[in-house]
Amino acid sequence: MLTRPVLDVRALSKRFGGLQASDRIDLEVVSGETHAIIGPNGAGKTTLIGQLAGDLRPDDGVIRFMDRDVTRLDAPSRSQLGLARSFQITSIFPELSALDNAALAVQAHRGSSFRFWRPAREERALREPAQKALESVGLGARREVAAANLAHGEQRQLEIAMALATEPRLLLLDEPVAGMGLDESQRMVRFLATLKGRITIVLVEHDMDAVFTLADRISVMVYGRIIATGPPAEVRGNVEVRRAYLGEDAC
Amino acid sequence: MTADRRRDVIVAVGGVLLALVPPIAALTDQPFYLDLFRRMMIFAIAAVSLDLILGYGGMVSFGHAAYLGIGAYAVGIPAYHGITNGFVQLGLAVAASALVALVIGAISLRTSGVYFIMITLAFAQMLYYLGISLETYGGDNGMRLAARSRFGGPIDLAQPSTFYYLVLAILVLLLVAGRRLVASRFGMVVRAAKANEPRARAIGFSTARYKLTAFVMAGATAGLAGALLANQTEYLTPDFMHWTRSGEIMFMVILGGMGSLFGPVIGAVALLLLEDVLSAMTAHWQIILGPILILVVLFAKRGLFGLLAGARVD
Repeated sequence: MLTRPVLDVRALSKRFGGLQASDRIDLEVVSGETHAIIGPNGAGKTTLIGQLAGDLRPDDGVIRFMDRDVTRLDAPSRSQLGLARSFQITSIFPELSALDNAALAVQAHRGSSFRFWRPAREERALREPAQKALESVGLGARREVAAANLAHGEQRQLEIAMALATEPRLLLLDEPVAGMGLDESQRMVRFLATLKGRITIVLVEHDMDAVFTLADRISVMVYGRIIATGPPAEVRGNVEVRRAYLGEDAC
Repeated sequence: MTADRRRDVIVAVGGVLLALVPPIAALTDQPFYLDLFRRMMIFAIAAVSLDLILGYGGMVSFGHAAYLGIGAYAVGIPAYHGITNGFVQLGLAVAASALVALVIGAISLRTSGVYFIMITLAFAQMLYYLGISLETYGGDNGMRLAARSRFGGPIDLAQPSTFYYLVLAILVLLLVAGRRLVASRFGMVVRAAKANEPRARAIGFSTARYKLTAFVMAGATAGLAGALLANQTEYLTPDFMHWTRSGEIMFMVILGGMGSLFGPVIGAVALLLLEDVLSAMTAHWQIILGPILILVVLFAKRGLFGLLAGARVD
């Protein structure tokens, strides 16, 4: 591929006691692609996401994002560079309204927050982009509802809206359809499909329908290692992958 | 009546009542009440400052009385050496408390939960023992304030009602500024960090610096309350910094309602009023006070202000 990778991970390693959660992981995510990471439970997907987002320090290896070594940067700094994420377990500001949630994400990337006097809720420069982010995920009409009172699926959408409100260059999605009903999850997949090409996405997901619908490339993780990377059709046909993860009846 | 309206009415009525205390005390010839309510408002200032970090920031600082003591000594020590200029003393009180809060905050904010509570408590106790070791300034007996702060012009703290209205004015200013603050960009970040710190960091806020700033602001404000308290009691002792005093301030916040700013004012008034009334009835007044506090905590989770104002606004 001609484009330089947005995300370039080399020999990333992380050990928890006796468990090698990340075992010399190499991963390249190119601009505009949706790159899915699949693998059985305990394969180390969440540990990988944690290191990519900056919540976990790798023991070894290098993470380059937009041609910058970000290995030692913390999560807020990476967010400022354009890396946004959603969490596996819904993570929102429950007492604040949906619009407040999104407006905070806008605020973090627009001007200083060491402003002590003017009410943040009266700043149109925060509210309008936040409203747009909510509308893009279909929550426009729910903006005044406290995030805690949104339905589970709506909270997942809100998380995506918050990530989008930071105008990211790379979106890390940690199981975005987990715990959703069939309807909700199909709606979410359709929505994520509309982002394809516009935003580079790293998608960790167990739902194989979602993965094979969305992914341009898939990396398969087993025991902290990436054992295969390729387009969906190729990964589906890979014998090793089938044995390790998909099961014989998966095709 | 909406909760918003109800809150405004309660606040307005409370403000008018507090403003009427001096004339009523004068008419009824009960100067004691002027003294009592002035004391309540000084503690209210400290409680409101704690609410800023406790109620809005989720920082359970169990050493808030330390700043009361620093503020008091920032008045008492200069006065002992003949410096009675109030602007100098209050400026010193605010600056010294801010500096100490910066050090305490920078260290204790690296921890959270129980460890944060313990570290802030330990720092405050350290300062308490430092106060005891200040032999020149009375050691553990404390010392009489040589003279009240002098501001010149019409502000004469020797005039009980002038002093009273100065304290009231500071309290009102603090509440107005506090309302602005918690709704500002800065306030929203602090609240977001309380609600969900990993999320706040993930969207790009380096939460630590916002929390530390709030911690310093709260400490500086409590230092101001300490300076007023020294003028109020005209006597200062290390007891101002004792951990039981920190607990009392925290109780005012919880009793009145955390995260409401006005609640802690009601909490301070209610707690000191209860103390006053009950201690007149019996020497064992704390036996009665305890259960009352427990009942409030159990049945009014948002405190007395929550009971009065109804549904949560904001």
